[in-house]
Amino acid sequence: MTATIATEAKRAPGPRAGRRGPGLHPWVRFGLRRLGGLLLSFAVLTIVTFLIVPLIPGDPAAVAAGDGASAAQIDRMRQELGLEQPLLIQFVDYFRGIITLDLGTSFISGEEVSHVIFSRFPFTAQIALLAIVLVLVIAVPAGMGVAILTRGGRLPWLDHGFNVVTGFIYAVPQYVMGTLLVVVFAVTLGWFPAAGAATLDSLVLPTAGLMFGPACVIARVVRRETAVVLDKDYVRTARGWRLGAARTHLRYVLPNLITTTLTLSGLILAAQLGGAVVIETVFAWPGLGQGIVNAILQRDYPVIRGIILVLGLLATLIIILVDVVLAVLDPRNLGGGSHDA
Amino acid sequence: MMPSPLTRRFWSPTMTAGVLILAALVLTALFAPPLLRADADTLTGDAALGPGPGHWLGTDDFGRDVLARALTATRLTLAMTAGAAGISVFAGTAIGLAIWLSTQRVREAALRLLETAVAYPSLIFALVIAAILEPSPTSAVLAIGISGIPSFARITANLASSVSHSDYVVTARLLGVSPLRIALRHMLPNMAEPLLILSATVFALALVEISALSFIGLGVQSPDYDFGRLLNDSLDSLYTQPLTTVGPSAMIVLTGLSIMLVGDAMAAHADPRGQRRRAVRKPERNQTVAAPAGDTALVRVENLRISLPGGPELVKGVSFGIEPGEVVALVGESGSGKSLTAMCVAGLPSDELDVRADTLRIGDMNLLARPNRSRLAQDVGIIYQDPGSTFNPSLRLGGQLTEVLRTHLKMGRRQARRRMAEALASVEITQPQQRLRQHPHELSGGMRQRAMIAASMATKPKLLIADEPTTALDVTVQAEVLRQFRRIHRHEGTAMLFISHDLAVVEELCDTVLVMRHGQIVERLTAAQLRQREVTHPYTRSLLAAIPALDLAPATVGAGTIFQEGTQ
Repeated sequence: MTATIATEAKRAPGPRAGRRGPGLHPWVRFGLRRLGGLLLSFAVLTIVTFLIVPLIPGDPAAVAAGDGASAAQIDRMRQELGLEQPLLIQFVDYFRGIITLDLGTSFISGEEVSHVIFSRFPFTAQIALLAIVLVLVIAVPAGMGVAILTRGGRLPWLDHGFNVVTGFIYAVPQYVMGTLLVVVFAVTLGWFPAAGAATLDSLVLPTAGLMFGPACVIARVVRRETAVVLDKDYVRTARGWRLGAARTHLRYVLPNLITTTLTLSGLILAAQLGGAVVIETVFAWPGLGQGIVNAILQRDYPVIRGIILVLGLLATLIIILVDVVLAVLDPRNLGGGSHDA
Repeated sequence: MMPSPLTRRFWSPTMTAGVLILAALVLTALFAPPLLRADADTLTGDAALGPGPGHWLGTDDFGRDVLARALTATRLTLAMTAGAAGISVFAGTAIGLAIWLSTQRVREAALRLLETAVAYPSLIFALVIAAILEPSPTSAVLAIGISGIPSFARITANLASSVSHSDYVVTARLLGVSPLRIALRHMLPNMAEPLLILSATVFALALVEISALSFIGLGVQSPDYDFGRLLNDSLDSLYTQPLTTVGPSAMIVLTGLSIMLVGDAMAAHADPRGQRRRAVRKPERNQTVAAPAGDTALVRVENLRISLPGGPELVKGVSFGIEPGEVVALVGESGSGKSLTAMCVAGLPSDELDVRADTLRIGDMNLLARPNRSRLAQDVGIIYQDPGSTFNPSLRLGGQLTEVLRTHLKMGRRQARRRMAEALASVEITQPQQRLRQHPHELSGGMRQRAMIAASMATKPKLLIADEPTTALDVTVQAEVLRQFRRIHRHEGTAMLFISHDLAVVEELCDTVLVMRHGQIVERLTAAQLRQREVTHPYTRSLLAAIPALDLAPATVGAGTIFQEGTQ
């Protein structure tokens, strides 16, 4: 009885479905909602990055000018940051700068902030994207495979081994993994460069350092989700049709893993941005992470604001991208923002 | 009902290992600084020594003992981590409860806001805070602590809303206990276990992130040092002293691992579902078995026993046969073993079950072995209980319903679809072509069940197994599904194994009725005996007594039609 009620409820249109123009095509409504989300995130990020300077404890100008700055230097800094203006005017100026892609110039190098970002962004994108692709390529088959092989309590050693290995690797943070990889493969074996981004093989170690942890987490998620899906009635139906292992798992198990896996992976992949920021320190990798760390240490506020804005927008884009992929794969996801399996 | 936590072992090996390592780390944090400070901080002339008896991990470029520094750093690292995790946990719990206590509107807005915030990497928040405050241990603790609040608050709020529906909270509210008091006295204690497990995760994350901030130079500043700072320092002497990386790396991993072990053990303790039994079933060799002379039965089951490994026997020696064209019903209450029996006959026992039998065959296919897949798929049609879950939600119906035709009869896509459309029409499904293009959730339950029947009959099977095919359906829909079984029985002459807990349903459909209870067949009846109520076993009598009196059919139109269906 409850099952019937549940399916009825699923078929009924959601409470919010009819609110925004019933005539709109679901894809249009989906697009509008994601666009709204993007604009909102942009607004929040603009406000947050703006507030970094006014929120500095004490006199922001004095802090920005650095220790031992003269009164004249502090005054010049105050003018440069526009701090003598009322807060609202400061914000309007900041906002106008952002939409005209004029993010100011670095206090230290005098370089335009947008230029700093454009020159550093590809390096971070390279390792983050490469790591993401490798993580999914490794983790999804591994998780599914282990779940299928250990189904119903078979191969207990594999079950145990998988848990121990993934748990242990996950306990090694990305920057520790990166450091250890350098010690082994660059310093001791000399196979790959330890630092810099001069040659193609210098990509190997940073990417490897980034991918192991997330690969383990996602493999565990996939494995758990696969175990759940394997117990579903429709998998039994496929077994009842004697479709064979390959067809059953590819058509009846995999598609039903995707939603949960991608939703969780999306979060983990957005977190990859943070991982990339940290791991760049290990490899002196000239990406956004190295840029923001230097900027914070040198109190280079225009650069700080610019890079944080970009990192935030990148995370937003990843989240939206995952939503779009989910909706393309399964149009039932068009409806809401959150997904249940 | 929650299983009593006391019945399960608290000190699992995982928990013991985690707690032991953690205790060692806490002792190190307490005693390493006073005991090892001299070795760790004094500049000596023994610079850049390799590992040796005096310095197990060697010395750094300033002649300081690497191991002593790593151990000494434990105190600052653990203190900072505890501070950050404390901020996340306390502020997160408070905000989460506050969200639950606020009005519907505020709650929804706050939850949506938190959901968005959680999607962002917490390191970005941490960078913002580190940029506002100057890099220092305090700013690192604040940065990591604050950036951990949203996820903790969100989970607290969600937990609170699920706990708030429990009886004692509802009762307390009816008694007029103030919401704040309910939250603190009634809800918090009941959320303690999941929150504690989550706190372990938060602690482990805080450790990694604080060390990350120190590592990139935004946390602890020289001459102070924590694990992250030490690791960063070791990068400078990577080529001369690669071993200096080992101390801080090992300490970070060890600390994180111990917390994870404790957290995992607590989670496993709280969630007994994680433990699975295992069955080792060796299939027999012979794919086919010959029926003994004189045995004309299509299905033969002899002494079928099903048990959970190490557990009780669920089916205790069941034997029966089904002649070609015969309709056999297995009737009994839930838990009587009838569905288990049916699924074994279908060759689909659950993985964890241990299945034994003297004979278990359909035709000459030996179900104790691995019979030919293709023959089995074509000869045996299976209808399941809940049409809401028997179809793959992510595939269109056309692809699923034609699976057997395409996989085993090697039909082309178009031919299979045409055949399936005809089959759907025969079970009174309108616009069959269009239905094939729909997803399962777009059809009603009754329609899905009829579609399943159509798919099962498309290969003209010799045996149809129906496991409570009408139980999950509304009463009005049951009739239309039952009508299909009667049609198949009359026109196709397919043998059936029909499972039901309802004698009224099977009475007029079946030739033979087997009554099961506690894993055994307690009575075998012919349809005539059942109709005459010639039953001997008291359990069968009580099942009969449970049938609503047919002659007292109420006058409502809906119910009237069913009973007409059932009695004609």
